[in-house]
Amino acid sequence: MSDLLAQAARKSTAAESDPIIPSADDEPLYESRREIYQQSVKGRLRTVKWVVLFACLGVYYFLPFLRWYRGPNQPDQAVLVDIANNRFYFFFIEIWPQEIYYFTGLLVMASLVLFLMNAVAGRVWCGYLCPQTVWTDLFTVVERWVEGDRRERMIADSKPMSVAKAGRKVLKHFLWLMIAWWTGGAWVLYFADAPTLVKDLATFQAPMVAYIWIGILTFTTYALAGLMKEQVCLYMCPWPRIQAALTDQYALNVTYRYDRGEPRMSMKTAARAREAEQPAGDCIDCHQCVVVCPTGVDIRDGAQLGCIQCGLCIDACNTVMAKVNRPLGLIAYDNDVNIDRRRQGLEEVYPIIRTRTVLYAAMIAAVGLVMLYGLVTRSFTEMSVLHDRNPLFVQLSDGSVRNSYTVRILNKRPLHRIFVLAVDNLPLARLSAVGITTTSGDWPVIDVGPDSTRELIVHVTAAKPADLPQSTRVTFRITELGTGEKASAVDHFISR
Amino acid sequence: MAVQPEIDPATGRTTTGHEWDGIKELNSPLPKWWLYIFYATIVWSIGYWVVYPAWPLVTNYTKGAFGYSSRQEVVRDLDALRALRAERSTALASTPLEEIARNPTLLTFALAQGKAAFGDNCAPCHGLSATGSRGFPNLRDDSWLWGGGIQDIHQTIAYGVRTADDRSRQGVMPALGGPNGVLKTDEIVTVANYVRSLSGQSTRPGADLAKGKELFIANCAACHGEDGRGNRDLGAPNLTGHNWVYGSDEKTIIETITQGRGAVMPGWAGRLDETTVKALAVYVHALGGGQ
Repeated sequence: MSDLLAQAARKSTAAESDPIIPSADDEPLYESRREIYQQSVKGRLRTVKWVVLFACLGVYYFLPFLRWYRGPNQPDQAVLVDIANNRFYFFFIEIWPQEIYYFTGLLVMASLVLFLMNAVAGRVWCGYLCPQTVWTDLFTVVERWVEGDRRERMIADSKPMSVAKAGRKVLKHFLWLMIAWWTGGAWVLYFADAPTLVKDLATFQAPMVAYIWIGILTFTTYALAGLMKEQVCLYMCPWPRIQAALTDQYALNVTYRYDRGEPRMSMKTAARAREAEQPAGDCIDCHQCVVVCPTGVDIRDGAQLGCIQCGLCIDACNTVMAKVNRPLGLIAYDNDVNIDRRRQGLEEVYPIIRTRTVLYAAMIAAVGLVMLYGLVTRSFTEMSVLHDRNPLFVQLSDGSVRNSYTVRILNKRPLHRIFVLAVDNLPLARLSAVGITTTSGDWPVIDVGPDSTRELIVHVTAAKPADLPQSTRVTFRITELGTGEKASAVDHFISR
Repeated sequence: MAVQPEIDPATGRTTTGHEWDGIKELNSPLPKWWLYIFYATIVWSIGYWVVYPAWPLVTNYTKGAFGYSSRQEVVRDLDALRALRAERSTALASTPLEEIARNPTLLTFALAQGKAAFGDNCAPCHGLSATGSRGFPNLRDDSWLWGGGIQDIHQTIAYGVRTADDRSRQGVMPALGGPNGVLKTDEIVTVANYVRSLSGQSTRPGADLAKGKELFIANCAACHGEDGRGNRDLGAPNLTGHNWVYGSDEKTIIETITQGRGAVMPGWAGRLDETTVKALAVYVHALGGGQ
């Protein structure tokens, strides 16, 4: 206690005399957001971004309406996650819950593709494909359309609120909310028949969960793409942190070629310097690369966490370089290796084929081939057998022994099918299935509905267990009547 | 007095002034909205106090604006479950026992319900796997005291064995031994050896099987039949098979003849609803022994 008092006393005197202890207002622990007024830009990469944006959003918003005929009484939606019936439909593929490993494969491939993109050209994902980027881009266009470009927005924001200004703000947020609402609406369409659900939603007949999800997605889209924007990339997203650990010196990143750009100076100073044969960089310090940046970073500071590498600064700088008659590409997809090589007068190198790119590509191919093999050889008839654990066998009054099994037959075709169930490798065995009275020969005949499974309790009785080993490996088989399509499963018969 | 914060030469960023072994911490301020979200969670928690039961009082607790309780939630869930099952429960109740197995949906439903009810009500005596134990019949084999047809099974479950209910299974194995017994001790041993011979088991050397048969026909055949195959109307077991409720060794058979047997199984019609009893009958019938 006395220690604490002494400490407090020291502190109070120190605050007056000792200048080393900073007070709280010197260094804020929390940073206010710096408003980013992104300026519009034209150029090659901007065009690429538009194409990607329209392609991605087009797929997202309209894919649920694409039809795909699968047969009578089957959903005809090309992409459908049918949670109620435990099915996932993707064009000609139908996935059952136990085949969820296809998703594992897809996720593995997705991350490997992400790594490969990163090894080749840095944060291509962040700059062009990430939903956060795509929707933020869309929201920024709407903002520009309603409130004007960078300069108009900055002027308007510096003025006091007026009716016209308020009107524009309200219109902007309204349009944002509409886009967000449509985004949420498109999301739920992947989980039910889209045309039906649209009609149900419009007439307030849709299930509550659909409205709730639309509400959630509306909120997240509006908040993340409209209000948070670059804050998501700077503070919330884990990928920049992971990405930094995965990159290497040859990865092409959006790079300010400071070997060419420095020392930066105004055009006039540069012209004078060049006349005097003094060093003069190409960068005229016009800040165009900064004002077009969606995250507000200065690319001339080098590769940094805030840079999503969308390449808009490349477009902006090229526009300026063309105007001042200097070579294009002061900012370009490049790396520090080449900057060093140019300084030493060496030729630039762009080794796309490197250990990591080859390895990533090989791994993608391997996972893809495994998945393709699985998909091509995928069976439409399957069965599984589970031996009763307790009891393992039952002795009957005449001395014969019976084992019981749970047999499940999977019919993955959209047709009603009839199977004969039999057991091999067991002499003098009788097989019966609870609830099945039809037989073919001595074997039960089982009908299984279209695209469904049937579970049966099956009893196998062996007349002379004394002749059998303690445990016999037996094979259960199903054979479809007509087509002869087969499936089998191995289990054991316990005789004593 | 205000001090200029120290600038880290490598990054050009300010430091917090904290230093560990010469390594200084850069100042990376959190975004303000992060702080506001923290405040928002505090406000949210106040909402929780208002809406949900939250504060313990001396003899009570704050109930919350909507009177939520987890007990009510369970009741609601169970009601919802019943409502969900209603359609199939009704179908199960109205379908005759023999026809249930022919309807795959109804069979699956009855088996699931039967399995759960069996575990809750029958397993203490018959075992979780229905294999029984000494004195409690195995329900998986083909030996039935009172019949293995689904109607027989249903009747046994519904009204029990040797209960006060008129519809219950009646019939006892009387004690034939003892001081006032019909049979003397040596006669019982003789009969017991004859009974063992019926199922092909070894007999005591020198046992008079002819005498045993004579005694058996005189005293036992009324219920068990002259061939010893039993009588399901009386619950008299088949003595020629491999399966024995109490055991087939000489000592046990002697004990059975001497003391008699009269085990009781309670009737379930009054304790379980009719649908559950039906589901139990379907389940037991499907275990393998059903006839």
